[in-house]
Amino acid sequence: MADRPITYREALSAALREEMQRDERVFIMGEEVGVWGGTYAVTRGFLDEFGAKRVRDTPISEMVIVGAAVGAAMAGLRPVAELMTINFAFVAMDAIVNHMAKVRYMFNGQFTVPMVVRTTTGGGKQLGATHSHAPEVVFAHFPGYYVAVPGTAYDAKGMLKAAIRDDNPVLFVEHSTMLQRRSPVPDDPDFVLPIGKSDIKRQGRDVTIVTYQKGLEYSLIAAEELAKEGIEAEIIDLRWLRPLDLEPVFESFKKTNRCVVVEESLPMFNVGAEVAAQIQQECFDWMDAPVKRVAAMDIPLPYAREIEQMALPSPEKIIRAVKEVV
Amino acid sequence: MAKPNKDTLLDWYRQMVLIRRFEERCAELYQEGLIGGFLHLYIGQEATGVGAVAALRPDDHVITAYRDHGIALARGMDVNRVMAEMLGKRTGVSGGKGGSMHLADRALNMWGGYGIVGGHLPLAAGIALKIQYMGEDSVVLALMGDGATNIGYFHEALNLSAVWKLPVVWLIENNQYGMGTAVERASGAKELVRRALAYSSEDGSGMKMGPRIDGMDVLAVYEAVSEAVEYARHNGPILLESLTYRLEGHSMGDPQRYRTKEEVEAYVKGGPIERFRNYLTETYTGIVKTLDRIDAEVLQTIDEAVAFARNSEDPTYEDLISHVYVD
Ligand SMILES: Cc1ncc(C[n+]2csc(CCOP(=O)(O)OP(=O)(O)O)c2C)c(N)n1
Ligand SMILES: [Mg+2]
Repeated sequence: MADRPITYREALSAALREEMQRDERVFIMGEEVGVWGGTYAVTRGFLDEFGAKRVRDTPISEMVIVGAAVGAAMAGLRPVAELMTINFAFVAMDAIVNHMAKVRYMFNGQFTVPMVVRTTTGGGKQLGATHSHAPEVVFAHFPGYYVAVPGTAYDAKGMLKAAIRDDNPVLFVEHSTMLQRRSPVPDDPDFVLPIGKSDIKRQGRDVTIVTYQKGLEYSLIAAEELAKEGIEAEIIDLRWLRPLDLEPVFESFKKTNRCVVVEESLPMFNVGAEVAAQIQQECFDWMDAPVKRVAAMDIPLPYAREIEQMALPSPEKIIRAVKEVV
Repeated sequence: MAKPNKDTLLDWYRQMVLIRRFEERCAELYQEGLIGGFLHLYIGQEATGVGAVAALRPDDHVITAYRDHGIALARGMDVNRVMAEMLGKRTGVSGGKGGSMHLADRALNMWGGYGIVGGHLPLAAGIALKIQYMGEDSVVLALMGDGATNIGYFHEALNLSAVWKLPVVWLIENNQYGMGTAVERASGAKELVRRALAYSSEDGSGMKMGPRIDGMDVLAVYEAVSEAVEYARHNGPILLESLTYRLEGHSMGDPQRYRTKEEVEAYVKGGPIERFRNYLTETYTGIVKTLDRIDAEVLQTIDEAVAFARNSEDPTYEDLISHVYVD
């Protein structure tokens, strides 16, 4: 079957639909997933197609959305719980970190928690300080579940299907500004991507850019500009923050000897910090410049567009950072 | 509801004494340094745990908070392996990785004790959702402390169970304190079972408000929970409250500045085991010998469990790193 260009949103819908058709135990629960059709329209039409048993609207109760999904998963179902945006995942933090992540370990493997928490991330939409986080890195701190951060329609589909099929819990973080992005995606219902594999999205010899989601989009733009000046960036899309696959990063770095990490999260204790630390451990003899980090500014995000954009990463900021290391 | 016969009653007596002696031995082992971390004893609450769990079928489910030894033993978990868990041994029910607060036995549908106050209540709703989803007719018994009624989890889980008509018996073990805070200092509703009204409608739909039970009377607990279990099996969620008392501190090393010795003494006299023993001796002539024999057998069971635990191996590095993920 030929790959068809579809949007990131369509890719997510297709993944959910195919997995629900494949396995009766897979069901959806969350705020506005049913009658409304999904806050981001990912589950539009699902209520008619699958019925209220498998497409379950919940009250505004993040703690029990995640917690009940944990219980249902322990008991043998395969819930896909939706948290409207990752900003509200803070309310469910204990259910995620203390229960979803730990019931397997704590009870010595007696329980399996095959569930997915789908949510959306990202700033830059003038939603103000409480609604503009990209804090997936906070959630990636904890062992016991995986954290997916797909940056293309192709990845969104293959990774979501993998997440639903896997027996481990997965926090599946979608980017709210990338839902319209299109790329060719296989129709094959058994198209599934491996868990915990990063992906080289652009080849280059001069600098390694490590990134995901919004950072990926900006880095690809920056790379085209840099290429005009003869600087060839290699771009590695992490795709998963857990398991974090840095082997391709080390390999690339040993060739380029320079690295810029680009992300939308806040600048302290973030992905850049982790990647920089691991590069200096693994590639110390190959380092020609300090690892450079591009992230959001260390402030809450404001409403006004002018200053909101100022606080976020941009292709220009990436270009500047690359030029500082090459 | 099956009327308990003499053998059943004797078995309940055995369970209650087993829990009491188990807890007393745990306290000693804690003083010896063989048990670490937090140790929350169930002494005083035996009638609630034994009576409530007795109301369940084997295919029903039970889940509770960290004060879980009594529920684990009442559900029939292996005494040796529960004791081994206390001592952090690899033969423990949770391989030594859970400890006193995290006892579970998947095969017995005992879904565990949980250390975060109220954190298990959504899990109970989720297990009940699976029952409903699969068209099964079992129920979930979810026990919690009085203090747990004040955390957001309680509200979210009970409300969801009412909206979805989930087969859950929510049972508050009101032992009158959450650590050092008396119920009336923490809850707008002194009669905690009235919380059910917040999730019920005038037409009778939503959460059913069940009775406040004399939690020191194992027969009363059994009867009330049995009725609640049948209600939940066919109709949906119900909230019950068992009035009981924790005769020991919240956990080991609690100076108990929040209550008087006299208050505790009064409850010791009306303690659940003494009351049940009196009931049995008054009801069945010549039963004292049998009860004494049970007492002696329980002591032996506990001795064996301690020996088993002491002789068990410590967990290994392999155990440390296993079961973080499904491999
Ligand atoms: C969310 C949370 N907050 C605080 C604690 C600390 N804590 C442990 S037990 C407890 C009291 C709970 O009282 P109750 O629910 O009545 O149970 P009991 O100890 O009486 O069995 C507290 C505050 C905790 N474990 N979890
Ligand atoms: Mg209490």
